[in-house]
Amino acid sequence: MKKCIITVVGKDAVGIIAKVCTYLSETNINVLDIAQTIVDGYFNMMTIVDVADATKEFQVYSDELEKLGAEIGVAIHCQREEIFEKMHRL
Amino acid sequence: MISIYEVNETNQMIEQENLDVRTITLGIHLMDCIDSDLKKLNDKIYQKITTSAKDLVKTGNDIEKEFGIPIVNKRISITPVSLLGSAACKSPEDYVTIAKTLDRAAEAVGVNFIGGYSALVSKAMTASEEYLIRSIPQALACTERVCSSINVGSTKTGINMDAVRICGEIVKATALATKDRDSLGCAKLVVFCNAPDDNPFMAGAFLGVTEGDSVINVGVSGPGVVKEAITHVRGRGFEELCETIKKTAFKVTRVGQLVAGEASRRMGVPFGIIDLSLAPTPAVGDSVAEILEEIGLERVGAPGTTAALAMLNDQVKKGGVMASSYVGGLSGAFIPVSEDRGMIDAVKAGALTIEKLEAMTCVCSVGLDMIAIPGKTSSATISGIIADEMAIGMVNQKTTAVRLIPVIGKDVGDTAQFGGLLGYAPIIPVNEYDCSGFINRKGRIPAPIHSFKN
Repeated sequence: MKKCIITVVGKDAVGIIAKVCTYLSETNINVLDIAQTIVDGYFNMMTIVDVADATKEFQVYSDELEKLGAEIGVAIHCQREEIFEKMHRL
Repeated sequence: MISIYEVNETNQMIEQENLDVRTITLGIHLMDCIDSDLKKLNDKIYQKITTSAKDLVKTGNDIEKEFGIPIVNKRISITPVSLLGSAACKSPEDYVTIAKTLDRAAEAVGVNFIGGYSALVSKAMTASEEYLIRSIPQALACTERVCSSINVGSTKTGINMDAVRICGEIVKATALATKDRDSLGCAKLVVFCNAPDDNPFMAGAFLGVTEGDSVINVGVSGPGVVKEAITHVRGRGFEELCETIKKTAFKVTRVGQLVAGEASRRMGVPFGIIDLSLAPTPAVGDSVAEILEEIGLERVGAPGTTAALAMLNDQVKKGGVMASSYVGGLSGAFIPVSEDRGMIDAVKAGALTIEKLEAMTCVCSVGLDMIAIPGKTSSATISGIIADEMAIGMVNQKTTAVRLIPVIGKDVGDTAQFGGLLGYAPIIPVNEYDCSGFINRKGRIPAPIHSFKN
């Protein structure tokens, strides 16, 4: 298993999760966990995914997710999980 | 599992509080390039650097992208050039050819600085080391990426005052050689006492002779993160303040450790150390001075500054040490003037003087750093300032350094512009009473006694 964390931040709209998850499914990235809140009308989502069997390279899906975000008006970032794990866990 | 709040906290540090890894520095051992033929020596140096560091920038960029953490600089440190050139260089001009080779190699692999145009002369100088030192003004004027350092003293050997005297002249000559660029050459020249072998930060990085063939050293940063964290404990006691700084330093350092480990693995180069330094930049919200002001000083330089800085520096180390398997380099809060917005403003307001900065260097890393002084300052006065700072390092068994920029053609009231991460600085007044009688004495200051510590 190779975990990544995808964050989606921006103005709330219909279908954000659907579009992100559709892309993930097409790229064979497995969703392990999703957390989502709305703060002051802003959509804030975090997804933990397993990219071990992804059909594309990290650089490619990371760029494509960012591009997808630009299309639906939110900021999408994909980061390896270790940066969070190292910072917040002993 | 990581929670959304933890993810948001990390990303806020990166996006809003300027958390970054300041530098991945690849140390390259060049002793095997030594040759008595100058051309062969230059060819071998170019070859080894461009081969060893060919993947450095790409590796740094890949890690940056995958973890979403900016890695601001990718740099190279090498074996002190005075050791490499001693068989081949018969004049300062011969050494300049090596500086040009280093510049070409740095450009070829895409790093912004290469450090190690250095001489370690804490006790005495060989003829060859003196050639290197005398070549520095020309070397720094005709190259862009080469950084130079001279170690003129240590706790064990005392201070080589002959080298200190020459260094004052060299700093002045470097300023003159680059006067068309606000004496920028001096920003790439550091004079050290107790220089560490594994420092990843420029301009003082070099790969010491105690190191292996190659090594990855990483410098972390994060003044903005520390400042933001302590805004939440405003008015509370020292216990809470210290705990907050420690926890924040731990988090920042863990990121550095992660990046260092990844870089080491991907390049197949051993990991050396993490340098636990709070390194500011001229950007708003990335300032060590602002942390001190948040702690409770109206302006950095006010009474209490040295104590606040001592506390900050110690807590950063205490938090950072546990987050990394190996700590080294300079490891302490940096207080460069031109690279820290809060320091610049304090100098402009008249709150911060060079004397107060000198006091502050007694309790933190690393010394009188990036301070613009009047261009008319004599070389003896510059040597005097260097000697004072070296004495602080020698007696307190710590690294101290001097990176002064006598800005030719400018005086108190003017501002020097260095650009980029080097920033800008108002010219700070310097005590004009003469010290040449002291500086012109020959020889060295003996090592201090290591007993009777009262």
